[in-house]
Order: sequence, then structure tokens, then C-alpha cells
Amino acid sequence: MPINPKDVTWITEPEIGFWEATFLPAIAKGLRTTLGHITEYRPVTQQYPEQRPILPLHYRGVHRLNRDEKGRVKCVACMLCATACPAHCIAIEAAAAPPDWPDRDKFPAEFVLDELRCIYCGMCEEACPVDAIELTHIYDMTSETREAMVFNKEGLLAIYDQTKDNPLDPVRTRRGRLGPAAEFENLATLGPATPVVRDDRAATAPSPGVIGAPPPPTRNA
Amino acid sequence: MNDLITTLITIAVALGCILTACMYLVLAERKVSAWMQDRIGPNRVGPYGLFQPVADAIKILLKEGVIPSHVDKGLFLIAPAISMFTTMLAFAVVPFGPVKDAPTWLRFIIAPNVDIGLVFIFAVGSLAVYGVILGGWASNNKYSALGSLRASAQVISYEIPLGMSVLGVVLMSGTLNLESILEKQTTNGIWSWNIWFQPLACLIFYISSLAESNRLPFDLSECEQELVGGYHTEYGGLRLVLFFIGEYTHLITISFLTAILFFGGWNFPLIATPESAYVGAWLVKLLVLLTKVTISIFLIMLIRWTIPRFRFDQLMELTWKVFLPLSLANIVAVMTVLQFEMSPWTLLPISIALFALFGFFTVTTKRMEISRRRRASPAMR
Repeated sequence: MPINPKDVTWITEPEIGFWEATFLPAIAKGLRTTLGHITEYRPVTQQYPEQRPILPLHYRGVHRLNRDEKGRVKCVACMLCATACPAHCIAIEAAAAPPDWPDRDKFPAEFVLDELRCIYCGMCEEACPVDAIELTHIYDMTSETREAMVFNKEGLLAIYDQTKDNPLDPVRTRRGRLGPAAEFENLATLGPATPVVRDDRAATAPSPGVIGAPPPPTRNA
Repeated sequence: MNDLITTLITIAVALGCILTACMYLVLAERKVSAWMQDRIGPNRVGPYGLFQPVADAIKILLKEGVIPSHVDKGLFLIAPAISMFTTMLAFAVVPFGPVKDAPTWLRFIIAPNVDIGLVFIFAVGSLAVYGVILGGWASNNKYSALGSLRASAQVISYEIPLGMSVLGVVLMSGTLNLESILEKQTTNGIWSWNIWFQPLACLIFYISSLAESNRLPFDLSECEQELVGGYHTEYGGLRLVLFFIGEYTHLITISFLTAILFFGGWNFPLIATPESAYVGAWLVKLLVLLTKVTISIFLIMLIRWTIPRFRFDQLMELTWKVFLPLSLANIVAVMTVLQFEMSPWTLLPISIALFALFGFFTVTTKRMEISRRRRASPAMR
């Protein structure tokens, strides 16, 4: 679809003035800028190992496997996270749940998550119907071998124990209760990712056929 | 014998000071650029990062000296040495303090009474481009070769206005000896400084020296976007540092020259005049000179982060079409004033008028060219 000529603004290169062509004001202005930054020195640098950044609540760091109120692993080994994972970094070995766990059929006998393959997209967290896997605020986990960065179930549960009291890492939903996905009664409606200003030229119809904009009234109609 | 000892001490002191200054200039450069960009800069080694140069030196000394297999080994090894050696040699005739008032054990100039001082500096200083050319050539790498080609063209071009701008000062002082040129400016306090008579020459000299030492905004020979690292792409470790020491020594030398030729050297009213005979006067004079040099170096750093790099044709245009005629006109003006025994103060308005005239001429032709180009281009709405 060609661009509507009405939407094209033709601009001409502005005429260069005499003083502008000497570049002297520009040089003076530039020197003032650089000097001004020295005299009004306001660095925003964080001295990292000493000063830690305050991360936003939605920060996606290392995963954890949540426990329910009885201290058992919440996961029901439904494989939704492993299926959703774009990096294929989750490997779950499902087993029949012990008989004294009446609320579910399966549980993960092993839950291996390769933290080096993970891209920290948070899809597993979104896919999980029982809020068992969550991303925490831990971002500086290192090790000397690659093997050590492949976490098993115990490792992921240990991260839960480590982070559960951190106000930044609340157990986000269901208030610690274990329940199937069907328990969701109402889901929050999703708004647009970025707010759209009504009068924004980009929000109005630039040309017919552009996605997301109503077709403009045609002149012939 | 005594003279020899003094010379050796002076050489040791000067060399030590220059090398230390180079190390700390790197730190200063990093710090100043950090301040300009609202960063903190090196602050990990010692208080405010003051021992950073030491750490850098240790790291560089311990670094493996890699010689790529495809290079011309002899030239590859000799190029950084030439680069550093020539700039150091140029410093030999620069008086870095009040020569007359020096204590007995120190002389403030390595080679005193060199009557061709300025010529020597320019002769030896322009040899430094051999280091760059040989380094780029010996690297057997097209980017290095391109970088050194640019450097040679640039340095040779800027050599001319550089020398010519100083000629005015030489004519007025009647000597090429830096010490005498300095002394001529100490007679009348601040008003005997050459800057009042040769402001245009000072400007040309300063800018040309920036180009000569391959500093920004004229560092086209090591233009990263186009040439990887320029002539020192293949260099690493100690050899790369030799290039940098050469560059920073050049920076120090041109700052000293600017201070000595145009800003009265160690002369400053009230505290540092030829008459001041109080104890430690030489120290004050030394500090005055060093302060002027520091201001000059700081200005160079400021310019580095203010003015973006020139395009090569702009660079050449600046020297051949602007600086060369301007410095020629300046020399003619000086000669006229001297010949007809006019007051040297007439040179101040003449310099300003020349600058304005040339500026007007250059800018007008440039604007005419732009409008011609605009007319020639297909019409737009």
C-alpha cells in the first residue's frame, strides 16, 4: 500500500547562515557543554560490587521452584513450562505422586533447569498453571564449571528457601495455596503494552491499510 | 666535568618527569573525559585511581610482545622506537623552567644555548612521522598502511603552517633560541607576551600542533571507524605504549612551546619576573610555567571531546586553503611592521583583521558553493 501523499512532509535543507558557516558559535557552544559537564559534575554511576542496583519488581533472574504450605514442591509435572520454553532448557521427569498427596496425580521426580541455556524470558513462569516456577531477583549467580550451572530440583528449591523472604520476590499468586489452573475465576484483561496518546499522529490513521488504525474517510465517499 | 654531571642529572630528571607525566597524562585524560561524560573514571587502584598508571605499567611490562608473522620485523621493531625517540629528542632544547635562575645542580634545559632551537624542534619533531609511516608499512596490513598514509600527508601538510606561524615570533624576537625568545617576553610583564602581537600565529600554531601530534580532532591516522586502529593496529604491549609515549611527549612539547613562544614562559606579573630574587623564585617560575603548560594540555583534552573528527578533505582544506595563506599574510605583516619600525601593537589589529577577512572570504565562498550545489540539484518542493 503506497504512502498517502498527504502524510508526506517535504522539508528542505535549511539555509546555512554566515555565523553558522564559520562554525565559531558551534565550537564555543561545544566547549561550553564539555566544560559545563565538568563544573556541574553529576555522575550517575553505580559502584557495582559495593552499591547494588535496585531492580524493578518484574526483574527476571534465576528461577526457583516454589514450595506449598506443607513444604512440598508445588510443581505438578505438567510439562507446560518445558513446552513453553523457547530455549529448551527445562527437563522434567514426572512420577506418580505419593499416595499421601491427594491433590495431584504427578509430581516431578527430577526437575533440571540449565541456567546457561535459559534466556530468562519468563515464559515458564507464565505457562505454569500452579505458580510453581518463578523468576527471582538473583542475577549474579556464577560458578566455575558449566555443570554447576545446571540446577536440579533440590537446587531450585534451595533458591526458593533463599529468596522467599525477600520482599522483591514474593510468592506471587494463589497465596501459597496449591490449586489447578481451573481455579482461576477471572483473568486480568491485558492492556496495550504501551499507552497510546489519543492525539498522537502515530495513533491516527497515517494511510489506509496500516495495521491498528481505522481507515480514514475517503474523499470520494 | 661539572657540566657533564649537571647534564646527566638534567637528562635523568627530564626523562623521568616526562615519562611520569606521560603516565599521569593518560590517567588525566581518562579522568577528564570521564568528568565531561558524567562518569567517574578509573577509581579502583589507590585513592581516586591515582595508582592506575602504576598498575597499567606493570600490566604492560608483563604483557607478551607479539610480533605477527607477516610483518617486516626490523622496521616493525624500530618504528615505535623512532616515534618515541624523536619526540624525546625534540624536548632537548625546550627550556622547561627558568634557565637563568636554576639551582646549580639542575639546568632546566637539556641542551642550553642551541641557537637553532626552533628549527631543531621542527626538524626532529617532523621525523616522528617516520615512526608512524614505518609502523604502518611494516605491519603489512592495509588498514595500518592507510592510517600511516593519512598521517604522513597530514603531518607534512601541517608542518608548513606550523613553521610559518612561528616565523613571525622569530622575526620579532630576532632569534631562534627558545631561551632568548622567552626572555624577550619578560620585559614588560603580561604585556610583553607574544600573544598580544601574534594572536593569529598562536591560533595557527596551536591547531597545527594538534594536527601534527595526531590528536583529536585530527587523528585521522587512527580513526577507529574506518581503520580499525590505524597505524598501530598490529602493535601491542610495550611497543604500542612506545607510540603512546611518543604522542604524549609530543603533547607536552607543544604545550611547552605554546607557553614559551606565546604566553611568556615562566613570566607572570608580580610573582615571577626577571627581578624577583626571593628564595625559591626559581620554583615559583617553574610552577608558573608548568601551570601554563597544564592549562594548555587541559584545553587540548577539552577540544578532544568537543570537536568531532574532521573529514580528510576538510583537514587538507584547512591547512592548504586557510592556514597557509593566513600564516603567509601574518609573516608579511610582521615583516612590514618591522621594516617600517612601526609599534608592534599594530600587529594586534592586523592579526584580527586578517582573521576576520579570511574568515569572511572563506565562509562566503563556502556558502556560495553550497547555494550553487543547491541550485544544481533537482528541485524539491
